[in-house]
Amino acid sequence: MSRMISYEKKDTVIHRLSGFTKLVFFILWCMTSALTFDTRMLIVMIVLGGIIYMVSGTRWEQVSGVFLAIMFFMVINLVCIFFFAPYQGCQIYNSRTDILHLFGNYTLTLEQLFYEFNVFIKYFTVIPSVFIFLVTTDPSELAASLNGIGVPYTISYSLEIALRYIPDIQDEFHKIKNAQEARGIEMSSKGRLTDRIKNTAIIIFPLLFSTMERIDVVSNAMELRGFGKKKQRTWYSRKPLRAADHLTIAFSILFFVVTMIITFYDGNRFYNPFI
Amino acid sequence: MKKGFGIKEVVAMGIGTALFVVLTNVQIPLVVVPNTALQPRMAILAFFSAIFGPIVGAVIGLLGHALGDAIFYGSVWWSWVFPEAVIGIAIGFFANRFAVREGGFTAKNIVMFNIVQIVANAIAWIGVAPLLDILVYSEPANKVFAQGAFAFLGNILVIGILGTILLSVYSKISGRSSDLKTEE
Repeated sequence: MSRMISYEKKDTVIHRLSGFTKLVFFILWCMTSALTFDTRMLIVMIVLGGIIYMVSGTRWEQVSGVFLAIMFFMVINLVCIFFFAPYQGCQIYNSRTDILHLFGNYTLTLEQLFYEFNVFIKYFTVIPSVFIFLVTTDPSELAASLNGIGVPYTISYSLEIALRYIPDIQDEFHKIKNAQEARGIEMSSKGRLTDRIKNTAIIIFPLLFSTMERIDVVSNAMELRGFGKKKQRTWYSRKPLRAADHLTIAFSILFFVVTMIITFYDGNRFYNPFI
Repeated sequence: MKKGFGIKEVVAMGIGTALFVVLTNVQIPLVVVPNTALQPRMAILAFFSAIFGPIVGAVIGLLGHALGDAIFYGSVWWSWVFPEAVIGIAIGFFANRFAVREGGFTAKNIVMFNIVQIVANAIAWIGVAPLLDILVYSEPANKVFAQGAFAFLGNILVIGILGTILLSVYSKISGRSSDLKTEE
């Protein structure tokens, strides 16, 4: 699948970090980006994200398809915000500077532009972190390191199973889809809504039932090998946390705290240049 | 494997999540409201919750939505990840009552399943999702409630039709004593 991001083995500083470290960084980074609306911090995050993206050695072809899809959804979202709430920005920043009267009740204001600019750059703070996390994290190693910090191994193992079986199920989905299309079932965007629901069901039925069988097969195999009998489990791909991991985790936490302090220093989460 | 949390549940969580993620890409867009579409994957979430219970449902909802968004769209919209878990937990809570694997998913349980799913969807998409959107992302209220309402309608439609059919067919097959299966 071209339109899917997946792990690629390489040897960079970021690949050498433990999966747990990258997960902590990823979650804290997303939280920071979600909570702050401080334009200055968002720009700092974009710069940092860009640097980390460079260091990770991710090739543009790996992620370009997904990137274009995000841009598409982002544009729709920004346009939509304007049509549903043309004065959201004025409300937030408590001021109003008209630029251009468009039509009816819609006037373009500087505050609205600035608010939507913030929403816009927020997308770009999160995108590199998601790409890097998915491209540089080995699923087995992530499961092992999660277990290493105290997550029950049943949970770690189901995460590993999920990541392991996505490509398999993806393959099967395409096989079934091709088979049904060969029988003359239209899957593209033509056709009425009810037809398309029916045709989707025709693919989901065999896919779901073969998945249920797969669950039986895999769980029987695991039971035969004694999974779940002991409290502990060892992992082939475990990496111990090293100095670089501790530093990265410390940095993520520190960055989160500092951003929160700077953001909420003036009482709310917005940076207001209009006062 | 009915009581407690066995190997089957661990595997179902993993493979169910994988299936949910794969089906992220199968969407039937609703024309009017952006970024909302009929999502057949919701039927899968309902299916697994109704069979394997609330923990499996919650994990498939959370992990599946976050992973699916990340892999296919490159960004995770967290305020819509958590409502997914609400649905998984709510439907999964009644898993023993539905008795899907024992072949007991008939008229009475179908009605109950649909009442549960409508209430769960209402809480998730008209309550939790827009509220988190406003709190976390400061999006305009009328926009997020419009999106939430459409997600609510779309999801009760998908779970109500597709989810109910999947469950009742599976229940018929697995409840039987012979190994014969109906042909697709």
